[in-house]
Amino acid sequence: METIILFAPLVGAILAGFGWKVIGEKPAQYLTVGLLFLAALLSWIVFIWLEPETRTITLFRWIESGSLSIDWAIRMDRLTATMLVVVTTVSSLVHLYSIGYMAHDENFSDNEPYRARFFAYLSFFTFTMLMLVTSDNLVQMFFGWEGVGVASYLLIGFYFKKPSANAAAMKAFIVNRVGDFGFALGIFGLFYMVDSIRLEDVFAAAPKLAETQISFLWAEWNAANLLMMLLFIGAMGKSAQLFLHTWLPDAMEGPTPVSALIHAATMVTAGVFLVARMSPLMEYAPYAKDFIVIVGATTALFAASVGLVQNDIKRVIAYSTCSQLGYMFVAAGAGVYGAAMFHLLTHAFFKALLFLGAGSVIHAMHHEQDMRNYGGLRKKIPLTFAAMVIGTLAITGVGIPFTYIGFAGFFSKDAIIESAYVVSDYAFWMLVIAALFTSFYSWRLIFMTFFGEARGDKHTHDHAHESPMSMLVPLGVLSLGAIFSGFIFYSSFFGDVEKSREFFGMPEHIAAVEGEGGETAGSSHGGEAEAEVADTSEHNAEETVVAMSEHNVAMAGGAVAPQGAIYMRADNMVLEEAHEVADWVKLSPFIAMLLGLGTAYMFYMRRPDWPRRLAEAQKPLYLFLLNKWYFDEIFDVIFVRPAMALGRFLWKQGDEKTIDGGLNGLAMGVVPYLTRMAGRAQSGYLFHYAFAMVLGIAILITWMSIGGGVE
Amino acid sequence: MNSADFSIVLPEVVLAIYSMGALLFGVFTGKDKTAPLMVAMSAAVMVVLGLWIASSSAGSRTAFDGMFNDDAFARYAKVTILWSAAAVLLMGQSFLLKRNLLRFEYPLLVTLSVVGMMMMVSAGDLMGLYMGLELQSLALYVVASLNRDSARSTEAGLKYFVLGALSSGMLLYGASLTYGFAGTTLFSGILEAAGDEASIGLLFGLVFMITGLAFKVSAVPFHMWTPDVYEGSPTPVTAFFATAPKVAALALFARLMFDAFGGVVDQWSQVIAVLAVASMFLGAIAAIGQRNIKRLMAYSSISHMGFALMGLAAGTTGGVQAMLIYVVIYVTMNIGTFAFILSMERDGQPVTDINALNQYARAEPLKAMAVLVLMFSLAGVPPMLGFFGKLSVLDAAVSADLIWLAVLGVIASVISAFYYLRIVYFMYFGEETDALDSGISTVNWVFLMGSAAVMLLGIINMFGVEGMAAAAADALVR
Repeated sequence: METIILFAPLVGAILAGFGWKVIGEKPAQYLTVGLLFLAALLSWIVFIWLEPETRTITLFRWIESGSLSIDWAIRMDRLTATMLVVVTTVSSLVHLYSIGYMAHDENFSDNEPYRARFFAYLSFFTFTMLMLVTSDNLVQMFFGWEGVGVASYLLIGFYFKKPSANAAAMKAFIVNRVGDFGFALGIFGLFYMVDSIRLEDVFAAAPKLAETQISFLWAEWNAANLLMMLLFIGAMGKSAQLFLHTWLPDAMEGPTPVSALIHAATMVTAGVFLVARMSPLMEYAPYAKDFIVIVGATTALFAASVGLVQNDIKRVIAYSTCSQLGYMFVAAGAGVYGAAMFHLLTHAFFKALLFLGAGSVIHAMHHEQDMRNYGGLRKKIPLTFAAMVIGTLAITGVGIPFTYIGFAGFFSKDAIIESAYVVSDYAFWMLVIAALFTSFYSWRLIFMTFFGEARGDKHTHDHAHESPMSMLVPLGVLSLGAIFSGFIFYSSFFGDVEKSREFFGMPEHIAAVEGEGGETAGSSHGGEAEAEVADTSEHNAEETVVAMSEHNVAMAGGAVAPQGAIYMRADNMVLEEAHEVADWVKLSPFIAMLLGLGTAYMFYMRRPDWPRRLAEAQKPLYLFLLNKWYFDEIFDVIFVRPAMALGRFLWKQGDEKTIDGGLNGLAMGVVPYLTRMAGRAQSGYLFHYAFAMVLGIAILITWMSIGGGVE
Repeated sequence: MNSADFSIVLPEVVLAIYSMGALLFGVFTGKDKTAPLMVAMSAAVMVVLGLWIASSSAGSRTAFDGMFNDDAFARYAKVTILWSAAAVLLMGQSFLLKRNLLRFEYPLLVTLSVVGMMMMVSAGDLMGLYMGLELQSLALYVVASLNRDSARSTEAGLKYFVLGALSSGMLLYGASLTYGFAGTTLFSGILEAAGDEASIGLLFGLVFMITGLAFKVSAVPFHMWTPDVYEGSPTPVTAFFATAPKVAALALFARLMFDAFGGVVDQWSQVIAVLAVASMFLGAIAAIGQRNIKRLMAYSSISHMGFALMGLAAGTTGGVQAMLIYVVIYVTMNIGTFAFILSMERDGQPVTDINALNQYARAEPLKAMAVLVLMFSLAGVPPMLGFFGKLSVLDAAVSADLIWLAVLGVIASVISAFYYLRIVYFMYFGEETDALDSGISTVNWVFLMGSAAVMLLGIINMFGVEGMAAAAADALVR
C-alpha cells in the first residue's frame, strides 16, 4: 500500500509528461488527478490504522560502497503518516483545482500544449516530496530534498516566457543551494562520525555524539550541536527562514496552485519535518535548539511585519507562510515536536485554502493580483469569499479560550505560543506580536478584497465571476480541514500528554519519566545496550523494548535508537509545562488576534484614509517594511554583486585571457613556431640528416657516460 | 645444420627458396608480364606461411646453438609481418599497374625483405641480427627507388641507402664493442656478461646498437630520412615502409634489449624513454606543417613509433605486451589509410595534397566515413581502437613509474590530434575544390572498409590479439 502511495504520483508524472501525446492532454490531466486521489485515500487509511511500532519497508538496494550501504526504504511511523496525509491530500486537491485554474492561460497561446506538462511537474513534485518524507536514511531524504527543489524550480519558472519568472526560479534554486550545502555537510558529518546514514543508526549514536568533539572550520564543536546546526541550515533554506527566506516571496511568480502546494503546504514545511524527524539527535543538541527557537521567532515576527504592508495578494500570503513556518520552528526548537507537526498539519489546510482562494480571486479578476484594485468582491464571488473567511479565521486562530471550540489555527498556534513561553520569553513575545500582525494583515486582505468600493479597472470588475466547480470543490474540502482539523487532532498531537505519546509511538518514555530516580526499566537490557555501535543496525527498534532513560544511554554509550516517531528526553518537560502555564499566557494570542482584527477593521472599513496617513507619518518605517527590511538590497550588495564581479573577473581575466589566451598562444603561437623549426631542419640535404644522427648519438653517449649508467 | 635446426627455420627457408625460385621463373619467362602473378603468388605464400606459423604452437625453441629463436614472441611478430606485407602487396598492385611500375622484381624484393625481417625477430645472436637487418634493408633500398625514372624516387632510395649505411655502421660498431667486452655474440652470453651492472664498454655498445635500431624504427633524432623517403617512394612502397619493417624493427629492438641486456633494464629504459618523447613530439609538431599526405603519414608513423617505444621503455612484461598490441593496431590503421591514399587520384594522376580532400564526404560519404574512423583512431579518440592502443602503452608507462613519460605522451597525442582532425575537417567542411576521382579498386576498398570496421569492432573484441601479445611478451621477458 505504501508503495502504491509512493509511486502512483511518479507513474502519473511519467505518463503525463512523456505520454500525453499518445493519450491526449485531457486524459493526462485526469490520470494524474485520479492517481493522486488514490494515493490520498490510501494515505488516510495508513494514517488512521497506523500501528504504533516503526516499520521499515525496504524496496531495494540503492548504493553499496565500502561501509556505506543505502536502501530505498520507507520508514513508516507517525511522522511519515502525518506527512503522507498532508502531502497527498493537498496535492490531490491542488491537482483537481488546477484543472480549472490552468484551463486557460494567457501566458501561452492557444495551440501551445502546457497543461500536461504542468500536471506532470505537479505529480513529479508530489513523488519527490513523498520520497523525502518516507525515507529511512539521509541520502534518500536528500534525494527527495533536491527533487522537490528541482520540481519547485520547474514550477516557479513555469511561465518561462516571463523573465521575472525565470529569475525567481533561479533565485529559489540558488538560495536553496546555500541551505543544501549545510544539509550536505551535515550528512557528511554524520557519516563521518557514525559511519552510517541510516536514521536508526544515527539516532542510536546521538548520545555518543553529544559527548564527542569535532573540529570544524576554526574551532572544536560539540558534534551533536554542530551537526544539528548544519542540518538546520538546510532546513532554513527549504523552509525560508530568516536570511534564506528571500526566495519565497519571489516564488509567487509560479502559478497559484503551485504556490498553494509547494510554497505553502508541503515543500516549505520539509525543514520542520526534518527537525522533527531528527528529534532524537535534536534532544542532545541544546544550543542548536536555542538557535532554532531564536531564528524561528525572529522569522515569525519579521515576515509578519513585512506582510502588513504588501499589496500583492499572493505576496501577503507568502509572507504569512514564512511567518507561520517560524512558529513551527519555535515549537520544534522548544522540543515540542508534536506541536510543530500539529501546526504543520493545520497550516497545510488553511494556507492551501487561502492560496487557492486567492487563486480563485485572481482567476475571477483576470490575473489581477494587486489588492488595491480589488474591493467589494464578496457579492460577485460569494463561495470564494466564504472559503477565504474560513481560512482567515483559521490562520488568525479564532476560538473560545479555555474550551475545545475553535478553528484549526486556534489550537495549533496557541499550543506553540504556550510552549514558547516555557522555553524563552523572547520567543513568546515575538510570537504574540506576530500573532497580532497576522490577524491584522489577514483581515486587511479580506477587507481590501471583498469589502468596500470596487477599485481598479471597471471592466474587470464587471466580468468577475465565480470559479468553476473543479476549483470550488477543493476550496470546500480544505475549508472543512481548516475548521475541524485542529479540534480533531488537538489531543493527539499536543493536548493530552499520554495520548500524544501513544500517538507518536513512544510508550517507553513514560516509564523513563517514572524511573528517573535511577531505577530504570531498561536495566535488564544493559548488556544489550553495551553492544558495539556498529552492531546497532541489527537491533530492530521493534524487538528491543528498551527504556532509553538518559542515564542508561550516557553510561552504555548508546546502542539502540529510541523508539517512536519522535523522541523527547526524560528531562524535556516542555510539553507538560506548556499545559500548566498561566491563564494570561493562554489568553494572550486571543487578545492579540482581537487587537489585530480591530485595528484592521478600523483601518480598512471605518477609516480608509488612516493607512495612508500612517504611512506618510511613519515614512521610514513604512518603506522599511514595504522593502522587506531591505534584505534583497543588502544581499545584493553583500553577495550578488561581489559574486558577479568575481565571476566576471574569472571569466574575462581568468578564462578568456589566461586560459584561452594561454592555450591559444600555445596552440597558435608556440606550436606553429616549432612546426616551422622542424620544417626547416628537414632541409632535404643528406649531410644535415647525417649530422643530426651523429649529433644524436653524441648526446646519448655523453649522457650515458656522465649521467645514467656509469658509476 | 641438423634436421632439428632445419625444421625450426623451415618457414624462412621456404620463403627464401620461393623468392629465388620465383625470380628465376620470372627472368626466364615473361618478365614483367608475370608480375601480377608474382604479386598474387607472393601474397598467397606469405598468408599461408603466416597461417602455418600462427598454428604451430611449439613453445620456445632455439636453433643453431642459440643463434635463432622460435618462440611466441617471434611467431607473433612474424605473423604480423607476413600478413601486413601480403596486404600491402595486394593493395599496391593496381596503383603500380596503372603507372606501369609493376616490375616482377617488386613482389620478390618485398618477399626477400620479409625473409630478412623474419630473421631479425628470431635473432639470438648479434650476427643473426645483422644478417637479418641487412637482408631486409638491402631489399628496401631497392624498392624505394623502384620508380627509376623519377628523380624523387631515386633520391629517396639513395638517401635511404646512405643513411642506412651510416646507421649500419653504428650498429656494427656497437656490436663489435659489445663483443669485445662480453666475449661472445650470443645474446644469452651477453646477458650473462652484462649481469646487473654493465661495464661502460658494454653500455657504449648498447647505445650504438640502440642508435642503429632507432634508425630502423625512425625514432628521433634518427628519423630524418623518413619524410623524404616516404614522399619520394611510390605510394605502395611507402605503405610497405610504414608497416612490416616497423614491426620487425620494433620486435628486434625489444628482443635485443631483453634477451641481451635484460639485466640492465634501467640503463636502456631511460634512453628509450627519451627517444620516445622526442619522437612523439616531433612527429606531432612537424606533421602540422605538412600538406602532403605521404609526408604527413611519415611524421604520423614517427609519432606512433614514439608511443610504441613508450611501451618498451616501461621495461616490463606489460610494457612489451602493450607495445605488441599497439603495433598491430598501428599496422591495421596504416593499411586502411594507405589503401585510401593509393586510391587518391584526379584524372588518373596520383594526388597527395590534403587540400584535394575538400568536401570529399559529399561525393563519397561511405569512404569518407571510413577515413574519418581511421583518422580518429590514429589520433587516439575514443571509442576507436587506436585509443585503446594508446591507453595500454600509457598504462604500462604509469605502472612502471614513468608518469612523466605518460603525461608527455598524452600532451603529444593532443597536439597530433590536430592534423588528423584537420583531414576530417577538410573532408566534411572544407571549401569546394576539384573533386577526386571516385574509383577505388575492390581490394583497396575491402582493406579500407575492413580496417575501419576493425577500428570499431575491435573495441568489443580484439580477436584474441591481447592474449597472443601477452603470451609473446611472456616468452620474451622471462
